[in-house]
Amino acid sequence: MIVFDRVSVTYAGAASPVLSEVDLTIPEGEMCLVMGRTGSGKSTLLRAINGLVPHFSGGTLRGTVQVDGRKTSSHRPRDLADVVGFVGQDPLSGFVTDNVEDELAYAMESLGVAPSVMRKRVEETLDLLGLADLRGRPLAQLSGGQQQRVAIGSVLTTHPRVLVLDEPTSALDPLAAEDVLATMQRLVHDLGLTVVLAEHRLERVVQFVDRIVHVPGDGSPVVDGPPATMLAGTPIAPPVVELGRAAGWDPLPLTVRDARRRSVALRAELAVVPPPEHGPRVSGEVLATTRNLVLGYPRRPVLEDVSLTVSAGEVVALMGRNGAGKSTLLRGLVGLHRPQSGTIDSPRAGLVPQVPADLLYAASVRSECEMADRDADAPAGTTRALMDRLTDGIDPDTHPRDLSEGQKLTLALAIVLAQRPALLLLDEPTRGLDYTAKQNLVAILHDLVADGHGVVLATHDVELVAEVATRVVVLADGEVVADGAAREVVVSSPAFAPQVAKIMAPQPWLTARDVASALAASRR
Amino acid sequence: MRPHHRITHPRALHPGAWWLWALGLAAAASRTANPVPLVLIIAVTWFVVSARRGDTPWAASYALFFRLALIVIAIHLVFQTLLSGSTQGTTVLFSLPEIPVPDSFGIQLGGDVTLEALLTAFYVALQLAAIFCCIGAANALGSARQLLRYVPAALYEIGIACVIALTFAPQLAGDARRVRDAARLRGGNRGRVRRLGRLAMPMLEGALERSVELAAAMDSRGYGRTTTTDPRARRTTSLLVVAGSLGTCVGVYGLLAGTADSWLGLPMLLVGAALGVLGIASGGRRTGRTRYRPDPWALPELLVVASGLAAAALMFWQVRVDPGVLVLSSSTAVPPVPLLACLGIALALLPAVLAPPLPIAPARVAR
Repeated sequence: MIVFDRVSVTYAGAASPVLSEVDLTIPEGEMCLVMGRTGSGKSTLLRAINGLVPHFSGGTLRGTVQVDGRKTSSHRPRDLADVVGFVGQDPLSGFVTDNVEDELAYAMESLGVAPSVMRKRVEETLDLLGLADLRGRPLAQLSGGQQQRVAIGSVLTTHPRVLVLDEPTSALDPLAAEDVLATMQRLVHDLGLTVVLAEHRLERVVQFVDRIVHVPGDGSPVVDGPPATMLAGTPIAPPVVELGRAAGWDPLPLTVRDARRRSVALRAELAVVPPPEHGPRVSGEVLATTRNLVLGYPRRPVLEDVSLTVSAGEVVALMGRNGAGKSTLLRGLVGLHRPQSGTIDSPRAGLVPQVPADLLYAASVRSECEMADRDADAPAGTTRALMDRLTDGIDPDTHPRDLSEGQKLTLALAIVLAQRPALLLLDEPTRGLDYTAKQNLVAILHDLVADGHGVVLATHDVELVAEVATRVVVLADGEVVADGAAREVVVSSPAFAPQVAKIMAPQPWLTARDVASALAASRR
Repeated sequence: MRPHHRITHPRALHPGAWWLWALGLAAAASRTANPVPLVLIIAVTWFVVSARRGDTPWAASYALFFRLALIVIAIHLVFQTLLSGSTQGTTVLFSLPEIPVPDSFGIQLGGDVTLEALLTAFYVALQLAAIFCCIGAANALGSARQLLRYVPAALYEIGIACVIALTFAPQLAGDARRVRDAARLRGGNRGRVRRLGRLAMPMLEGALERSVELAAAMDSRGYGRTTTTDPRARRTTSLLVVAGSLGTCVGVYGLLAGTADSWLGLPMLLVGAALGVLGIASGGRRTGRTRYRPDPWALPELLVVASGLAAAALMFWQVRVDPGVLVLSSSTAVPPVPLLACLGIALALLPAVLAPPLPIAPARVAR
């Protein structure tokens, strides 16, 4: 269905090609995952499928890309609109109209499909994606998962043979993500669609895919193969695979269900071993308190009656649906949002916003750091030193926009830390981060806590929570519905349980690393 | 009779019909300074909007426009109080301390405030307020966005640009808020100018990134695939349409202002309209686009448009037969009642029953 024949892509002005000599064949009806570091060329690969690279992006493409017999060299993206449906990273920025039905019809209108056919296809698509209840709703009022489904629907109405998605679940909470992925699986099964998607959160998608394409991004060739063999060889892997490696299973399990069936012996072996504690028993100095806090807008409270205390040495994970009030609470703690009633007392808090790039204005990393020193009234060189401690290898002459997502986050973190906050707040820190960047973040957070900082992070990333959180607070509809040690809250929840907890239940293990070290200890 | 010809069959009225109706009322408002028809016009828009608006987000825009109208009146009165002094009328209501200003400025600050001056200012503001209410009603009943769906094929590119601009404005405001918050998080607060510069960069970058993203999405969804690439035909069409709309604007101005030379009114309007129709027809032939579920244009639409136009026509007739009742002899006089004009405005009330009722959203019923 999709054939790459010795494809190399070089962007205008770039010294080296993004992709070199890619040979790839994706047969019809497969669901195929493209994985790799940020900036490795995943997006370029995806965009080459429908000709956005090079027709739209510029640059030079050598070799041929062929989709359903059409070469992208002779077909512009618009000429491939009836063969390839392309859904970009942020669904909202790709919407042309303002309500669901019109958005679904837009592509067909462009192609000149007859009105009666359009009508029928819109209805079919509404049913296929479960959007019938939302048909007349304005797009801006939909939740993230619904928007993503509309974006998928809007390209499906032209009856494409191939669906290409760039990080379809990165902004979604776990249940919405599952919803979108289940929809895609249905499309593959029922319509025989070929789906190609890029995703950092392997734990969400690996179980659905038939093939993995790994784009290493360091000049070595692009490789592809079935998931089990691909994951055995790469350093990046979802927790279920890591657990499989720790327990020495072969072939590696890819789904929680597989692993669960294999883990009977492992669970028996570890039944007597107590899982390690995450975080301190005794808490330090109190860094922030809220009492009977109501936060939001007149007649629309976002948070209702929230009383919380955060102490030094704690890593508190705020979890809950999109729109549950996580970000609002963080904004309140840092003083961006005045309470409607109740009190907030958090004098020394610093927030890294959801889009770290919002904090970056300067033309180079060097001047960004100098500016941050002045902003925070810190001695010159503070931010730079912090940044170098958090990570190495950021060239101070780079433009901040050219940094990878992980590097942007580190720089933003350094800028915020320059103000010497005692309590560090992070809003969705792992959005767009690859596994390596995430491991780096986890290490940074552990260091900060060891230094006596307190950390509050709002996140959907259950695996991150399993790794770092000492305490989990679940918000729903503006209220705290659960507050307790990470293990107690997360293990029993179907939505927020990490993969290892699902496999090892009822034993409360959270991460593959815990299991690995316990195994090593007991087998010694 | 097909159901969409029946005025009782629940459906959404064509937004174009609402706009023509409202424009008719606005045209009527523009020709009178008499508060009686003006207040009637505001009442009519209020009534029809309450009777026929849906639960869409833009349905709330009437309240917004109404508040704007009140603000316009308030501003007029405040300025009149502060600036006019006793230049008109003799009934002094109260006196403000006068600030001496050189005569060459031609204004007076403070001084006596007369009833006549205030009433004149109020009536002038009322006219503007009535026109605001008409536009607010059009927007609440058939949003500008909905109307843009019906832009003729020749103007499709312009229409789509307007739609995108309408989406971008709120998104840009959201961006500005986010970036301003982020700036506060850094703690940097060194003068407004530098902060503005800091705000502008990320905002512009964000907007640019989003437009590129949108262009990519539109391209991959087949935008522009069916339009012919003959640039000459396209240029002719654009020229015709632009000349046509210019002509129409000048014509409408001539007709409504009533002061210009006679060639500026009806003849110009007709020539402009003819050019526009020609352009739209020539452009419509070359497009291969189709339209999804267009609202029908049926009997209720015609009735609604007719009622709006009747209000305008009777007002214009009134101007012709007895213009005296449309202006006040003196601002304190009891305003006369222009019968013809009021009859027209009363006709414009009919869409409250002539327009079909909106269907109740099935999802709401189910839940």
